[in-house]
Amino acid sequence: MSGQKKKRIVKTIHVNVDKCNGCRACEVVCSAFHATPKYGTVNPERSRIRVIREPLRDVFLPVYAGEYTAAECAGRDRYTIDGRSYDECAFCRAACPSRDLFHEPDSGLPLKCDLCESDPPLEKPMCVQWCINEALIYEEREEWVEEEEEPVEELDVGLASLRTRFGRERFEDAVARLARKAEKKA
Amino acid sequence: MRFAETGFNLEVDLSTGNVERVETDPRLTALHLGGLGTNARILWDRVPPETDPYSPDNLVIFAPGLLVGTPAPGANRTIVSTFSPQTRFLGYSMMGGFWGPELKHAGYDKLIVRGRSPKPVYLWIRDDRVEIRDATHLSGLGAGETADRIRAELGEPRAQVAAIGLAGENRVFFASIEHGRSSASRLGLGGVMGSKGLKAVAVRGTKDVNVARPAELFQHCQEVLRYIVVRDAKPVPGVMPILAGLGSPQEMKIVDEKWHTENFMWGNARTRRKDFWTPEIEEQWRGTQEQVRKRLISCYNCPMKCGATISVPGVSTYMMKCFSKLTYTMAAYSDLDFGFRIAQRATEYGVDAFSAPQVMAFALELLEAGILTEADFAGMPPDTEGRFFWLLDRIVRREGIGDVLADGTYWAAERIGKGAQEYAHNNIKKHEQLPLKLGMLNPVYFLMYCTGEKANITQIEGQFPQAPFPTMEERLDFVKDWIQVPDEKFKQYLLDWEPRGERSNPYYPTVEMCCDIVDWQEMMHYIDDAVGMCAGLGSFPLKPPYHIHNWPAILSAASGLDLDEEGLKTITRRNRNLVRALNNRRGLTRADERPPDDHWKRRFPELEQKLLDAYYAYKGWNENGIPTEATLRALGLDDVAEDFRRRGILPGGTADAAAKTTADGGKA
Repeated sequence: MSGQKKKRIVKTIHVNVDKCNGCRACEVVCSAFHATPKYGTVNPERSRIRVIREPLRDVFLPVYAGEYTAAECAGRDRYTIDGRSYDECAFCRAACPSRDLFHEPDSGLPLKCDLCESDPPLEKPMCVQWCINEALIYEEREEWVEEEEEPVEELDVGLASLRTRFGRERFEDAVARLARKAEKKA
Repeated sequence: MRFAETGFNLEVDLSTGNVERVETDPRLTALHLGGLGTNARILWDRVPPETDPYSPDNLVIFAPGLLVGTPAPGANRTIVSTFSPQTRFLGYSMMGGFWGPELKHAGYDKLIVRGRSPKPVYLWIRDDRVEIRDATHLSGLGAGETADRIRAELGEPRAQVAAIGLAGENRVFFASIEHGRSSASRLGLGGVMGSKGLKAVAVRGTKDVNVARPAELFQHCQEVLRYIVVRDAKPVPGVMPILAGLGSPQEMKIVDEKWHTENFMWGNARTRRKDFWTPEIEEQWRGTQEQVRKRLISCYNCPMKCGATISVPGVSTYMMKCFSKLTYTMAAYSDLDFGFRIAQRATEYGVDAFSAPQVMAFALELLEAGILTEADFAGMPPDTEGRFFWLLDRIVRREGIGDVLADGTYWAAERIGKGAQEYAHNNIKKHEQLPLKLGMLNPVYFLMYCTGEKANITQIEGQFPQAPFPTMEERLDFVKDWIQVPDEKFKQYLLDWEPRGERSNPYYPTVEMCCDIVDWQEMMHYIDDAVGMCAGLGSFPLKPPYHIHNWPAILSAASGLDLDEEGLKTITRRNRNLVRALNNRRGLTRADERPPDDHWKRRFPELEQKLLDAYYAYKGWNENGIPTEATLRALGLDDVAEDFRRRGILPGGTADAAAKTTADGGKA
């Protein structure tokens, strides 16, 4: 580490579950915003935010789509908060094979919240704009972080995840095998 | 590609088990939009007027309106249409919630059910896959329990379920269809579902709904949301709290019930308690409401919070909306705690919260009057609350006296005789009304009560203040941002309307003005019921976000239809007349169009007849309340005109009609 610090903006959506009325307007507008053409279709199934909604148990939980994960966790978690019990994995943001949340309905491809990245940028993500009950609040804060010495390549991330997925031994075998094949061709 | 709509109906015949996905004719959308409009067309074409509501030949149609599934905030209503066992006229009722959008996303604009299953079944619609499933194990379960059981057995927590309880299964004439915090309650549609052996419909949809001009529609939606925020911050002063803002009457939020408890009647729409609302009562009721209300909740894609989850100690949690909070309480002369307790059971049984309490209060009056006897009520507990629970249990099972009462006050009185008819005093078209008994005739309300096709005042009123503002200052303040008026003249009507003196009820608004006002109010409901907009953002409140000036652009952008105000008004008139025609064909005439005799103390028979004459003429109906041939033909309802002639509902024989058609054809 070089010890250099650099400023970055951390974008956050503050989810206040106490204010959620379960209307799912966030799902509607998210799917519309990400449609082609923009706003051309609505389909909550394509939304990158879903409201886990069980009124009789007072569970109203907007969850954003996070990283894709190829494999489900070894264990599951369940939370009980203030007497409300949330289902397995309720708070998890992953597009995961264990559930149908955050997968494109036709292709099965994973969905991920991009905070409505667009050009020109929006003042706030659409879900926040449409949540006029203020269960979703957009917040930005500045943070000083260690400057990384070398940029992390996309390939590195991909390879690291493959190694995690298949284990070091199988991963290294495969890399070696591919390298041999490439040599032969050359 | 079809926009806003999916272009397909799902047709299910429960007698044969046949299921079909049927492409619809886009011309019908251009003529009627959707929802109630296209439902009326289907019922006109396919259900002959002789059909008994409980016959397998009757249809029950579940139709999310045209805008449901688009981004339009508040467009989530399903219009359920069939023929009512109680009025025997068209029965339509709307439910909000989440069911309608789910059906649209499953790829259907309507679910049309006919026939009768030999054993109880439920429908499971998962996009293109539709199953008729056995529901024997669900028989007798509450509507909410049924929904939970179905979601669990399907392993589909996100399936949306509309279900009936015991009342629907036993064909109670005021059985509802329940869906979460919403319900299609009025006019006994749950009984029709029960008569088909259909316990529930579960839906899960994962398809797209397309809109025609996305960016344009989206801008309108943004404006609607912005307007809601502004309007919410500016309640209308000088009207009762529940009418000051947007949404359904905010019964779950507001504790102050001075207006309802002192102006609505208690018991069987009998007693006004003018000094009921004391600080002690307010404190006690506030305690009750705040203790049991867990959270205010919304329907799909709507920022309003008109419903609530209710958790009474010792009773299962349930959801409530609107005025069911007070109907049981007031019918039983009880308190709010009782109201919340019995409403839980009533919701599970699936009964209409307007009719059911009145039926029970009516039964107890008959007992008191000696028309019914103690023998009829053998086993009933002595306390009032206990009696209501006991009666409710009998009614939904059709046990003993409950079997008679299950047909509602009108039919029960007919069966009981011995002067019982006098006690069924609060009906219009055989249907129980809000328990309101007032002093001076209100001409606008007179017309709405008489002619409202749903026989429910809340489904025709709105837009125009219910009473004049006392001072000119208040009136000027009200009209200054009143953009919703279809014409500037409405502002003048309001400015000139006085609480007393020459320009007050019943002679002011004048007959002509009353026609204008009622027509405007009704038009907004017909738009909502075709497009699936909640009345709480459209037709019901004062100064709503949706109005006649922005509807054409919103509907055009969503559907691709090219609508202007005149075009939309014509569609609305077409739907209005078709709905009326369905009822005329089943016998509705002027004689049916009257408010309860005791609705107002001061009546003006001559003025009332003048009002009705003028309004019929305004609508293009004859003196008997039947659309004239000219009216029908101008709306393209030629087949209706011809049917009316054949049946003798309109004058002129078949030969005349043929001659007229030729003559018209010649001119064209």
